[in-house]
Formats: sequence, C-alpha cells, structure tokens
Amino acid sequence: MVGIVIVSHSWKIAEGVKDLARQVASPDARIVAAGGMADGEIGTDAVMISEAIREADGGDGVVVLADLGSGVMSAEQAIELLEDENIAVRLADAPVVEGAVAAAVEAACGGKIDEVTSAAEEARGARKLN
Amino acid sequence: MACSVYECLALIGARITENRDYLTDLDREIGDADHGANMARGFAAVVEKVPRDNPDIGAALKKTGMTLLSTVGGASGPLYGTAYMEAAKVLAGREALTAEDFAAALTAAVAGIQKRGHATRGEKTMLDALIPALEAYTARIAGGGSLSDGLDSACAAAREGVAYTKTIAATKGRASYLGERSIGHQDPGATSAAITLEAIRDYTKG
Repeated sequence: MVGIVIVSHSWKIAEGVKDLARQVASPDARIVAAGGMADGEIGTDAVMISEAIREADGGDGVVVLADLGSGVMSAEQAIELLEDENIAVRLADAPVVEGAVAAAVEAACGGKIDEVTSAAEEARGARKLN
Repeated sequence: MACSVYECLALIGARITENRDYLTDLDREIGDADHGANMARGFAAVVEKVPRDNPDIGAALKKTGMTLLSTVGGASGPLYGTAYMEAAKVLAGREALTAEDFAAALTAAVAGIQKRGHATRGEKTMLDALIPALEAYTARIAGGGSLSDGLDSACAAAREGVAYTKTIAATKGRASYLGERSIGHQDPGATSAAITLEAIRDYTKG
C-alpha cells in the first residue's frame, strides 16, 4: 500500500488529518503525521519529515501532502535528504485535508503512487457548494 | 587561510543572537514576528552540535544545515539549511579556504536558496542581499582581491541590497500577503543574510 505523509506547521493539524483520513479510508492506511517541531512548537522540520517518509514507506512509495509556505520547502528538502535511499516519493500539489482523505481512499483501494498523487491533486477542484 | 570553522559559526551565532530582537521586530512589521527567535534558536543548537575540534569545513557546514532544518521552524529553516548544505558539498574535506573556494561555496549556497524558495532577485527576500553580495565578491576576487577583500565588497553590496528591500513589495513568503503594503519595510531575511556575511568577514579579519 502506498504510504501518505501529512506535513503541517501544527502537529495537531497533522495528527487530526491523519485520524480523519484513516477513519474515512481504512484503519490500516499507512499514514504518518509530521507536524510542528520536535518540541511541539509551530513550524516544520525537514529531518522529521524525512523520517516520516521512511516510516510510511512499505515498498510501494509515499505521497506527501504539505500545508502552506515553509511546509512545502521543508517537504522538498526532506525528499532531497532521502535521495540516496530507494524510496519513491511524490509531493502532491493538493489541499491537505481534502487531498489526504482522497489519497488515503485511493491508497487503501490499492492505487499506485501516481494514482494516489492524482487523487490528492484532483481534490483541489472539488466543489463543496453547488 | 587557516581557520576554525567552529569559531566562525559561533561568531555567526553570536551576531544573530545579538540581533534577535531587531530581526524579530523587522519581522513583526511584515511577517509573523519570529525570524530573530527562530534563527537564534537554530544557532544555539548549531554551536551545541557542531564539533569544536573537527577541522573539516564541509562536515561542519553539513551539520549546521541539518541542525537548522530541524530547529528553526519557519521558512528560514529550509532556506538557510539548504544554503549551508549546498556549501558543504563544495567544501567537503577542506580544512582551509582560498578566495575561490569561498566563491564556489557562496555560489552553491545562493543557488540552493533560489531552488528551495523558487525565488529570484527583486522579491524582497534574502536573495536581494545575497545575489548582489555574490556578484560583488566574485568581481573583487576576479580583480585580484583576497578572500577578505572579497568579503568587504560582499558585505557592502549586501547592505545596499537590504536597503533596496525597503523600496519594493514582497512577492514571496509571508510578507507577500501584504503586497504593496510591504513597501517601506526592510526584509528580515535579507538582514540576517547581511549579518551572516559580516560575521564571516569579521572572523577572517580576526
């Protein structure tokens, strides 16, 4: 199963999105939260994110969703830190909450890494009101 | 020149810490009021984690970059983290620096920041200090200047770049939410970049 990493400046957001996506998709979904700093402060930590990617990978690769600003920069840096490791990683250009739910459902259904990435990115255009 | 990379990093950290409130005040005007505190926290960890006695400049800079990535928190974490790590690649195994080595390291660091931030000159970021500084440094040493001469030119150009950031609107980073309202304010990232170069210059002059 493709793994998913949730990057947010807030560990509460990352943990909450993980719980929500797992509840909607499957309790077995491989989702790892990488939110906040090691001391719980608001921020992002590329080293923590790289460890989360490693943990989320079960051999089928990992899709990363990041919130605003430095969340994206830290996620990109984390992916570079893993360059020498044999892990397929995609950074999805997607909203974190809706994208994570869509990606988790796709992953739980057996989607491949590109399908999971697309599911996350397509969530961007989802309308909530008619 | 022979040098202790640890001592140089410690001086950068000391200058950042001296300017913590100043950087945070600049960031309060157009950002989220954490740049000084974030950078000071990062460098406090750097001086703790970088070994004092290892002469390998590349190894020390790599450790600095990794430490900043996991301790700074804001955008300056991945930006400065990338800068130090890219410089580290150029200087791996080196125990002394020529003027040309520093040019190569600064070039790699600036390219790393551009890549990480998807930014360029004129967007009210640290690049408005660093790109002119790199150009001034390179021109000075191409004309036969020493490392120290090059750093004099780089620091002057960086401060001009910092002043220039007051005249333009931010299009990258947190300050871009303010758009035209960011004009008149000095960019905190450009300021910390100038402070960093000045610390390196002062270290080389002993």
